[in-house]
Amino acid sequence: MPDPEILIKARGLTKRFGDFTAVDGIDFELRRGEAFGFLGPNGAGKSSTMCMIGCVSPPSGGELTILGLDPVKDGPAIRARLGVVPQEDTLDVELTVRENLLIYGRYFGLPRSVIEERAARLLDFVQLTERAGDQVEPLSGGMKRRLTIARSLINEPEVLLLDEPTTGLDPQARHVVWDRLYRLKQQGVTLILTTHYMDEAEQLCDRLVVMDGGKIAAEGSPRQLIETYSTPEVLELRFHISDHDQAAEKLADAPAERMEVLADRILLYVADGDASLAAVRGLGLEPLTSLVRRSTLEDVFLRLTGRRLEDV
Amino acid sequence: MTAPAVPAGQAARRGPSPREVALAVGGRWEMAVRAFLFWLVNYRRTWRGTIYSSLLNPVLYLGAMGLGLGTLVDKHGNASLGGVSYIAFLAPGLLAATGMQTAMGESTYPVMASVKWLKTYQAAAATPLRPSDLFHGHVLFTTMRLAMNSAIFVVIMAAFGAVESPLVVAALPVAMLTGLAFATPIDAFAVTREKDQGFAMLFRFGMIPLFLFSGTFFPITQLPAWIRPVAYITPLWHGVALCRALSLGTAGLWASLGHVAYLVAITALGLVAGARTYRRRLYV
Repeated sequence: MPDPEILIKARGLTKRFGDFTAVDGIDFELRRGEAFGFLGPNGAGKSSTMCMIGCVSPPSGGELTILGLDPVKDGPAIRARLGVVPQEDTLDVELTVRENLLIYGRYFGLPRSVIEERAARLLDFVQLTERAGDQVEPLSGGMKRRLTIARSLINEPEVLLLDEPTTGLDPQARHVVWDRLYRLKQQGVTLILTTHYMDEAEQLCDRLVVMDGGKIAAEGSPRQLIETYSTPEVLELRFHISDHDQAAEKLADAPAERMEVLADRILLYVADGDASLAAVRGLGLEPLTSLVRRSTLEDVFLRLTGRRLEDV
Repeated sequence: MTAPAVPAGQAARRGPSPREVALAVGGRWEMAVRAFLFWLVNYRRTWRGTIYSSLLNPVLYLGAMGLGLGTLVDKHGNASLGGVSYIAFLAPGLLAATGMQTAMGESTYPVMASVKWLKTYQAAAATPLRPSDLFHGHVLFTTMRLAMNSAIFVVIMAAFGAVESPLVVAALPVAMLTGLAFATPIDAFAVTREKDQGFAMLFRFGMIPLFLFSGTFFPITQLPAWIRPVAYITPLWHGVALCRALSLGTAGLWASLGHVAYLVAITALGLVAGARTYRRRLYV
């Protein structure tokens, strides 16, 4: 008897395009009520995974069960219970805000009266009530994203899929979207999202997997991942360009669990940043700037893959 | 209206009711109608302009070619036209050609817009609708546009006195069928395209030669014998021949059935092809 609290289950899930393997045998489970994330750089296989979950991309191998059903055989029945916020906006820009919701609701076979009641509620939720009668075309990127989120909720889905929900938005618009998603999460909506922003993953995800090259590199809560793969604090040092390499050599002797030499900075992974900075100065090195900060998922990614998220 | 009683997400936590899930996946026709509604809602914004051109085109063509050129043609005797006036010969041919033109307009750029520019097809593919439902929905909409344009054309034809037989009423569905024989294969082709350049070629080297040489303006018996078989395999010739036979009241049963069978066969092939190409494009 399958566990009804496990909404999505993947075993050895694989997606190939010709010779290229986009998703390379991944395992994961999505539990009811959680916010689950795929964190990874562009090309890690996140979107391909989302397309398979959205039942618009048949898996090339492995097992995938969504809401207890087979995505290849039961695509329409599964999609009736999913909400999808795609990476690219797919709104009908020639129609009005409200018309976009009405048409989408009809795709789900909902009666008009039900759609109208929900559309009003959802536009209120995404703060677009005042724009309901306006054409979509001139809306800002952030508004379009919020409308897409409202649209994805028209069928009151059991699972909400968000593929890079804030990519391309300015910081202020991102925060508005995060706020709305956070509210959904608080209300107990099951979220599954992809992102290459570590702050997005930290803010929204209860549990996440780090993806790279089509594989899952690590899994856990943001806190667990940081505890497992990084140190409590990071000391970031910046030297004059001409001293950078020499400083890196000298710092090999500094008491740090790990050191990462980036093009412009040197990162020391330590338990106590201030103590380490004193030790660095004890070695006779004087950095131009220094910063002590807590470890983030970015550090986890760097540790796991040797690269930074935005480098890829 | 009072403030919404249930916040947006709280309902979503429970998910859609079993009844809603059952209703979401309907039969083929029901799903196609949902996809058709998308086109209908969009058409509500543009229908006025399309009606003007649907009215103006037949008036211009029947006025200039039918009456203007027709006067000259009729002076030289109309034996090769089967003993009818040029406008009576021309009008049903143009009716069939209007079907082709309407179909090609609907099944090229609008499909490209849906799959590439606006990605409204991808949006719909995330719902219970399947790629074939989206295809069928568009064919339904094209059928509606064909019905509108053909009906307008027949009325204007009658107003020009270019109708010889009440059987012209049957030419209306034949013109629609002629259009569908173009719409379904071209839909199937258009959805596979990444760029719209192929469409300009299709119009230039497909539609215009067919329009000129499929018997619309002159009987294809005027063409050299060796090239006539080319006309026979084009759907437009079958549409023109049958619309004309009905409008002139000269239609024979077996020849008519032959034309209809050919047009149905091409339409059916297009339906099979489109279901495949839509699926391949939308399910990566």
